[in-house]
Amino acid sequence: MTTDSVSRRAVLKSISIGAAVGSVLRIIPLQAAEHLHNAIQAEKADAAGAYSPKFFSVQQFKTLQSLCETILPADSDSGGAIEAGAPEFIDLLTSENPEYQSKLGGGLKWLDSTSAKRYKNPYLDCTPQQQKEILDLIAYRENAAKDNQLSQGVEFFSLLRNLTADGFFTSKIGIKYLGYKGNTYRLEFPGCPPVPGL
Amino acid sequence: MLQLNPTRKIYDVCIIGSGAGGGTAAKVLAEGGLNIVMLEAGPRLNPEKDFKEHVWPYQLAHRGAGVGAKLRLQMNSEFMAPNGAWEIEGEPYTTAPGTSFRWFRSRIEGGRTNHYGRISLRFGPADFKAHSTDGMGDDWPITYEELAPYYDKVESFIGVFGSKENIPNAPDGVFLPPPHPRCTETLIKKACDNLKITCIPSRMAILTKPLNGRDACHYCAQCGRGCRSASNFSSSQVMIPPAAATGRFTMIAGAMARELLVDKSGKVESVSYIDKTTGSEQRVYARAFVVAASACESARLLLNSRSPLFPNGLANSSGVVGRYLTDSVGSDLAGHFPQLEKMPPHNHDGVGGMHMYMPWWRFGQKNDFLRGYHIEFGGGRDLPGVGSFDGVCAEHEGYGAELKQKCRSSYGTFIGFSGRGEMIPNDKSYCDLDPKVVDRWGIPVLRFHWQWGENEIKMAQDMRKTFRSIIEAAGGTVIGGTRRHPQATANQNGDPAQDAAKLSEPGAVIHELGTVRMGSDRKTSVLNKNCQAHEVKNLFVADAAPFVTNPDKNPTLSIMALSWRTSEYLIDQAKKGEL
Repeated sequence: MTTDSVSRRAVLKSISIGAAVGSVLRIIPLQAAEHLHNAIQAEKADAAGAYSPKFFSVQQFKTLQSLCETILPADSDSGGAIEAGAPEFIDLLTSENPEYQSKLGGGLKWLDSTSAKRYKNPYLDCTPQQQKEILDLIAYRENAAKDNQLSQGVEFFSLLRNLTADGFFTSKIGIKYLGYKGNTYRLEFPGCPPVPGL
Repeated sequence: MLQLNPTRKIYDVCIIGSGAGGGTAAKVLAEGGLNIVMLEAGPRLNPEKDFKEHVWPYQLAHRGAGVGAKLRLQMNSEFMAPNGAWEIEGEPYTTAPGTSFRWFRSRIEGGRTNHYGRISLRFGPADFKAHSTDGMGDDWPITYEELAPYYDKVESFIGVFGSKENIPNAPDGVFLPPPHPRCTETLIKKACDNLKITCIPSRMAILTKPLNGRDACHYCAQCGRGCRSASNFSSSQVMIPPAAATGRFTMIAGAMARELLVDKSGKVESVSYIDKTTGSEQRVYARAFVVAASACESARLLLNSRSPLFPNGLANSSGVVGRYLTDSVGSDLAGHFPQLEKMPPHNHDGVGGMHMYMPWWRFGQKNDFLRGYHIEFGGGRDLPGVGSFDGVCAEHEGYGAELKQKCRSSYGTFIGFSGRGEMIPNDKSYCDLDPKVVDRWGIPVLRFHWQWGENEIKMAQDMRKTFRSIIEAAGGTVIGGTRRHPQATANQNGDPAQDAAKLSEPGAVIHELGTVRMGSDRKTSVLNKNCQAHEVKNLFVADAAPFVTNPDKNPTLSIMALSWRTSEYLIDQAKKGEL
């Protein structure tokens, strides 16, 4: 916490006092801030409890969770994509977007049928080694160039990777992991701290 | 208030549009003692409800991507305050075959001041004398010296930070202190110093000190989300309140102006508008009219105001309305700077926009194109959002702990550059009424025609050459993409032919202007040097439509200075009984 950051409530209070002495400012009343806060809390409450996927089947959602966590896993610095809510975020967007429905819904089916062809099991029932083998094939564009049977899988994985990164790095833990320090009130902007070689 | 009959109220001045030009006119005219009515085609702005300041992405289910990810990689995310759109349902515009144009319109109180980057650059003396300087285009009917006192007034009132630099044709203003540079800006400034490219504090309408009852900036970098403390400039929060405080100001929101109606003497008597909530047609009467609906919308209103006296549209005997349309020349390029990985995590936000910029640094030199451009740049450890890691994911590929670490180490190491240059008007770039298409209100819509000239193409090539040299001098590598979305592209090796094609889409820079221009010759201009129509003395235009040239400097500050000057002239004329 930097010493010059001030609390939201303190700023709101100072702005309100400005209004009282005849400022022409448009003011956010405290109840408006409360309203936003309550709306957010209500949304969180909805999300609590067992999650029912909006688009994917329960089985597909498990596969989605597994893939998201494999793309951005928990490590010693932070939780992973599941803790960040990436699978729910992707499910929500997919439920509203026909292009994602065919790319991600179809992509999961492609993954299961390709796994079954190679390893006699859908993806989730494959061994960790088998899962790694197939992901190593679809995680790189150059593999699609070598083997055109992989191109749909590569497309699928590329979109899923982008959306998983969206979900992770827009979460509380993802933002903390990056070390983003802003989105707050400050009285001064001190500029660039000392950086070696800059 | 004079009343001709019990139901007809006649205002002193009717202003059409509440943006930079309309808002300034409202403040100056109302404070000058006149009774004002303003039509705004959109709703009132309600900061309590509309602003999204300080919301975190994880507080929204869609994380900013919008329903169905429709806003992913778009200029407008869920975090933005209402500020306009490229497409408005039921209000189309068309483009002539083989041409393209993009038109960003803000149907909201405050207009595009809710959207703009708050870059506030004065035009320079040579910008008003384009023809005298290089033989192309036309001179303005006024000089820099005539407008300078109004730049002073605008800057003193709205608050603009900057630094005194004494750079040729980039005049200093009345400045608040500039903010300290960010790490990214420190890095680029050093490279520019080595290359002898001028890089100085930017000039932005954001308060670094309290001013006129408004609090100073609190450095959250989110001007586009709306600023509840009004520490940045917008017409709705800075111009409209003092106008309203006079008690002589009435705003009619949701009012889409259809036509200006003239009396027998050829003066404008009223404006007919659609009340968007009921769909009914209404009229407002006034002694004078200030049209400030944005350059193309103002041209459209005049073209749609046809009468036996003005069969080609109001004040358009010259046929010039809609002509001389220009936009800024734009080009973008981003670079990756691995040395920025050493930046410690710190608050990089600053104001909503750049702290440093490069004004045109080759003024007066022999270049292989005429006029000039400035460079805007930004990047670094910004608030992460949807799409922020597409570039890293595409470049690194794979998955797992290594990808996660790569995302973190490369976070904040991208800087994007945008050139903004002057287009010279040409006779292939203009707007007129589409003969076949009307909008949902039955109002004929605009049709755009466009062609970039040779000069603009050369200028965009030069921009990209410069961006490349700055990126490389700063120890980075060119990656393509833009400030907002740096992306690894197929063009990593920098094929110059491909680079040269990267000129912004017409209209995309949102500096379109010049459609109702000023001049001293009634045959080649619509307005006189006071932005008063040659043919209709109670008609004024107060947005960027009157501009004779579109220098590399962003137009908003000049719109306000010109509107302020026009408004003082209007008050003077009203006092003399000339209107």
